[in-house]
Amino acid sequence: MHADPTAETATPSSTADAVRRRLVRKGRWSVAEIAFWLVAAATLVFLPERHLILNEIAIIGLFALSLDLILGYAGIVSLGHAAFFGFGAYAAGILAKHGLADPLLGLAVASLATALLGFATSFLVLRGTDLTKLMVTLGVALLLGEIANQASWLTGGADGLQGISMGPVLGLFEFDIFGTTAYAYSLAVTFVLFVIARRIVVSPFGLSLRSIRDNPLRARAVGIPVNRRLVAVYTLAAAYAGVAGALLAQTTQFVSLDVLAFHRSADIMLVLVIGGAGYLYGGLLGAIGFKILQDILSAWTPQYWQFWIGLILVVLVLAGRERLTDRVKALWPRSRPSPDGKAQALPVTPAREV
Amino acid sequence: MLTILFDGIAYGMLLFVLACGLAVTLGLMNFVNLAHGAFAMAGGYVTAVLMNRYGVPFLATLPLAFIVPAIVGLLLERTLYRPLYGRSHLDQVLFSIGLVFMAVAAVDYAMGSQQQLIQLPAWLQGRVDVLGIQVGLYRSFIIVICGVLVVALQLILSRTRFGSRLRAAVDDPRVARGLGINVSMIFATTFAVGSGLAGLGGALGAEILGLDPTFPLKFMIYFLIVVTVGGTSSITGPFLASLILGIADVAGKYYVPSLGAFVIYTLMIVVLILRPQGLFARAR
Repeated sequence: MHADPTAETATPSSTADAVRRRLVRKGRWSVAEIAFWLVAAATLVFLPERHLILNEIAIIGLFALSLDLILGYAGIVSLGHAAFFGFGAYAAGILAKHGLADPLLGLAVASLATALLGFATSFLVLRGTDLTKLMVTLGVALLLGEIANQASWLTGGADGLQGISMGPVLGLFEFDIFGTTAYAYSLAVTFVLFVIARRIVVSPFGLSLRSIRDNPLRARAVGIPVNRRLVAVYTLAAAYAGVAGALLAQTTQFVSLDVLAFHRSADIMLVLVIGGAGYLYGGLLGAIGFKILQDILSAWTPQYWQFWIGLILVVLVLAGRERLTDRVKALWPRSRPSPDGKAQALPVTPAREV
Repeated sequence: MLTILFDGIAYGMLLFVLACGLAVTLGLMNFVNLAHGAFAMAGGYVTAVLMNRYGVPFLATLPLAFIVPAIVGLLLERTLYRPLYGRSHLDQVLFSIGLVFMAVAAVDYAMGSQQQLIQLPAWLQGRVDVLGIQVGLYRSFIIVICGVLVVALQLILSRTRFGSRLRAAVDDPRVARGLGINVSMIFATTFAVGSGLAGLGGALGAEILGLDPTFPLKFMIYFLIVVTVGGTSSITGPFLASLILGIADVAGKYYVPSLGAFVIYTLMIVVLILRPQGLFARAR
């Protein structure tokens, strides 16, 4: 990671040292984190009959992680994140259909393609208010959905993309009908990407993102290249979402228009809200909570489970979702804010009031 | 050609009536309310239920299609919306998406997921030939009603005391409050009227737009386009935006059916990139 200009040039070196120490401290793995991943790995052996749903959880978790990168860390409100998920899914699916059966290669190509799309569209979310960003991201997702619907020679249109056959992972492990290989594959990919994301958010780059989220004006004033950082993180998040989509396409061997639908963008927001935005485990925990919830609700009222999802959203927001995540975080002794370490929140002055 | 223009204008006028409440919500309280379509759907269902189950004539259902969503809107505003005014846009988006999901599922549960059909009175059906143009009677009816509403809204906004208070509150809520204007009161009233208008639009549009439980999701993007493209600082902006949108949509679907939706979304993205505050908004 390159050195952060804000810490080096604008402030005395003692501050830079303090920041560096703090980042290094935050970068260490805690026992709870290691336990989390050990439990996840243990489910590979101990819950063989649940592998199909666990596979979905891993994929949704990765997708939510990707949304967390732009929403929780950079503060970009997106209502069309499914665009990248769906694009990655179609890219992987189409590649596999036309002969490129190696899963990892397909994953790499799909994530590169999605990153390109993310890079191209990232310039659209730099300007304007939250509402403009919402509309533009939503518009991009709708456009892609419409393209996928119309270009049925490529995507299969409303019938979905059928006839995907995947080769074995690494040339060794064939996908089986119980989803064991699929789950192991998704979990491994999610873990690797999680480690990378974790490294990124505790880097100076991640710190600058958070300062942009909290106050873009001030971030610009202390010399952070706001637009470049936002483009970078948006591209990265797009690639992550693309990988999640590609994983879904490869492990289920089917892609339908549903991957680009609006409710996917809304659901993933709910996932992140359940788990809590702004820390990396939010997406993963949210995915577990969401999937269990969805399972219970759709078993109980197959047709109307969306009502309860909506109710949960409304109640969560009214009850204050920050308070909820703070309470969960308080169970985590290391993340409890120490009195000197916590920066004082400054009142935000919207530009139009100045 | 002119028939398409005419249909487009009717469609655009309808969109305006549906969306103008949202323009005020967004402009006045800076509240991103994605659930606006739910009120429109409520109005549509009031009309459909009254006509199909109780045999109430179409015209008589329209006032109720206004009143019921207005009351629902007022209640929701006072109870659920108000605590969220100061909150982040993300909270507002999540909250209103939650409301939409609930409304969709609740209507699906109560009414079934099929399209609701309404039987227009005989004098509104068919087309007549005016100066060589085929003019749909029902669409002319919509244009007349919506035109009257637009003029009335414009007069209320520009000529009455309430209108000037509302404009003051939209321009700068803080100063308006400082001048002794009861902004919260004004907002509750406007929210109720906006919901009512949406309901009326939903009732009028049931024939043209179709009415089923997914209505709020299907048309959410249209309402938002009207408001974001038109800007929230005046009523003419959203009005022009909805006319353009209506004509572009109808013409697009007629001439290039395979590209219909592309045109709208691409236009919207381009406009928002070039003019993030909306096409007709004053630069701030």
